[in-house]
Amino acid sequence: MVTRKPAAAKTAAKPAAGKRIPAKSTAAKPARKQKEKCLLRLYVAGTTPQSTRAILNMQKICEEYLEGAYQLEVIDIYQRPQLAKDEQIIAVPTLVKKLPLPLRRVIGDFSDSERVLIGLDLRSGLNK
Amino acid sequence: MGRKASIKQTEKKLSKAPTGIRGLDELTFGGLPRGQATLICGSAGSGKTLFGAEFLTRGATEFGEPGVLITFEESEQEMARNVASLGFDFDELVARKLLVIDFVHIDRNTTYESGEWSLEGLFVRMGLAIDSIGAKRVVLDTIESLFAGLRDTSVLRAELHRLFSWLKAKGVTAVITAERGEGRMTRHGLEEYVSDCVIMLDHRVHDQVATRRMRIVKYRGSRHGADEYPFLVGDRGLSVLPITSMGLTHIASNERISTGVARMDSMLGGQGYYLGSSVLVSGTAGTGKTSLAAHLVDAACRRGERCLYFLFEESPSQYMRNMRSIGLDLEPWVKKGLLKFHAARPNLYGLEAHLMTMHQLTEQFAPQVVVMDPVSNLITVGTVNEVKSLLVRLIDFFKMRQITAFFTSLNSGNQIEESTDIGISSLMDTWLMLRDHENNGERNRLMYVLKSRGMAHSNQVREFRLTGNGIELIDVYIGQGNVFTGTARLAQEMREKAESQERQIEFARRKHEQLLKGQALRAQIAALQLELDAAEDNCDRLDASEGDWMRTQTEARSEMGRVRQTDANSPSPQQRKKAGVVQKKKG
Repeated sequence: MVTRKPAAAKTAAKPAAGKRIPAKSTAAKPARKQKEKCLLRLYVAGTTPQSTRAILNMQKICEEYLEGAYQLEVIDIYQRPQLAKDEQIIAVPTLVKKLPLPLRRVIGDFSDSERVLIGLDLRSGLNK
Repeated sequence: MGRKASIKQTEKKLSKAPTGIRGLDELTFGGLPRGQATLICGSAGSGKTLFGAEFLTRGATEFGEPGVLITFEESEQEMARNVASLGFDFDELVARKLLVIDFVHIDRNTTYESGEWSLEGLFVRMGLAIDSIGAKRVVLDTIESLFAGLRDTSVLRAELHRLFSWLKAKGVTAVITAERGEGRMTRHGLEEYVSDCVIMLDHRVHDQVATRRMRIVKYRGSRHGADEYPFLVGDRGLSVLPITSMGLTHIASNERISTGVARMDSMLGGQGYYLGSSVLVSGTAGTGKTSLAAHLVDAACRRGERCLYFLFEESPSQYMRNMRSIGLDLEPWVKKGLLKFHAARPNLYGLEAHLMTMHQLTEQFAPQVVVMDPVSNLITVGTVNEVKSLLVRLIDFFKMRQITAFFTSLNSGNQIEESTDIGISSLMDTWLMLRDHENNGERNRLMYVLKSRGMAHSNQVREFRLTGNGIELIDVYIGQGNVFTGTARLAQEMREKAESQERQIEFARRKHEQLLKGQALRAQIAALQLELDAAEDNCDRLDASEGDWMRTQTEARSEMGRVRQTDANSPSPQQRKKAGVVQKKKG
């Protein structure tokens, strides 16, 4: 797994740095409003199987439930240890939902997508 | 890094990292195990965090070992503010790159778990902090907070196990604080992971007074003090106060200082107390203990010495007013800065806090004389043993500094007199007893020196009087198996005076009588002498007249013979006699 520099990732123009997955409209799920675009950061530690699994799981969840309405950055804390401190990362992998507020965190390998959605407080919005 | 060398040392003897906490390094014979983890457990408010804070601060400032504080409960700012009360400047340490504080916060309400995770984030942060300043010490306060933030405890436990191995591999000396658990050392069983050294802190309330205590539960590979030791949190950090911390190594002075009462000095071998000795005055209520202390203070201030006076019953103002009534004005000394009062009710705070205050004030003020009045009042905030241990430590402390310590102790009335309520008499060098003596409808004070080490002191009981000019010591009248004091003594003295006057008159009278008799005899002798002289005179006169008569007779006889024409020519008297005889025969 390649580590990703998150600094420039916020901008959608640099897909190589941040992982911005283009939106695809799906009929099954109601599309989220543009302003409710989800900003997610995933902190992992190196290229352990756990990290890999977490990234893949997260990507899957994003694709499935948030298509087109999310921005996912993957950050390797080995590369950016200062960020681990600044962002209060204790356990890895940690997913931080920066936007929309409230700020939420989910730790684990995200094998249980239902819990991830509950944890990110995105469930209710999806059901509308 | 020299770590290899330190490991080699460890093979023979455990290498230790001094904590710099006063008293603790003596108890542990050097400090905490270097390169290993020490568990500090205790209930809330027992001083765990402060322990960690001091371990880091001392390490950074005194032992050249930078440190990392991983705090789980308080933010960096809160931490810095809280330890500022101990005189630790975390901000400065951080600026000097001697300390890194990392606030690890985990909010259970906003954190969800889904699947497996690891604590690698924490590891990375600790690694970053340790490497950024080359830290040798790490404090985790309180890592148990993780149990509150993370649900999957089986994962957490495995990760904690990994954490402590990781710390050991890093070669840092770690202190891990933990909340005390029900029926075990820590709430979450951290003692399973950290087993090299465990120190238990306790904050116990006895009779509404809280005392902090510390106990080294275990220390693998090292001897250590095993008792519970009181410790305090002061404005310069923690101090554990083991009785042995001072030792009996003080040097005894031969110098003496005056008691402030001339007569008392003479009772104590003529010179007063030894410099740096401990003096106890015990007695029942109102026997003048405080006044005796005031005299000592007054005398010391007169010599230009500094006195520190701990009042447990009176305010300084009340004390000075009272002492003015016996002619001692202490106010000028206070103004001059020679006398300092510290008045506090004993139950204002715990014994240990008292001890700390006394230590601090003594260190700041550097007095030559310290008075504690009355020390027996401290019993209200501790047990007899606690007070005694406090006094042992205090006395050691004073002796090391050659401070003369004066303690007053109130004896309750129904007690054996020659003991104190707090059993401290054996600690004292000089012990003065003040006593009430009730007789004849009045109470009088008696004073005697019960003991005074190293000097020839008086064994006499003196009457102790408080006058407008201070303390007066008067010989008591002892006669007919009774001790007379007060008016009884005066009466006895008057009686004695009258008796002695009578004796004097009688003596004069008898002497006069004898003188007269002598004179008479002398006169008689003179008269007799005269008589004798006269008799002798008469005797001479008789001799003379007899001679004359004999001569006359002879002359007359020879004349008669001549007249009767005796034939003898110029006869000798013998012839004449012969002739006489012949004539007589013839006739």
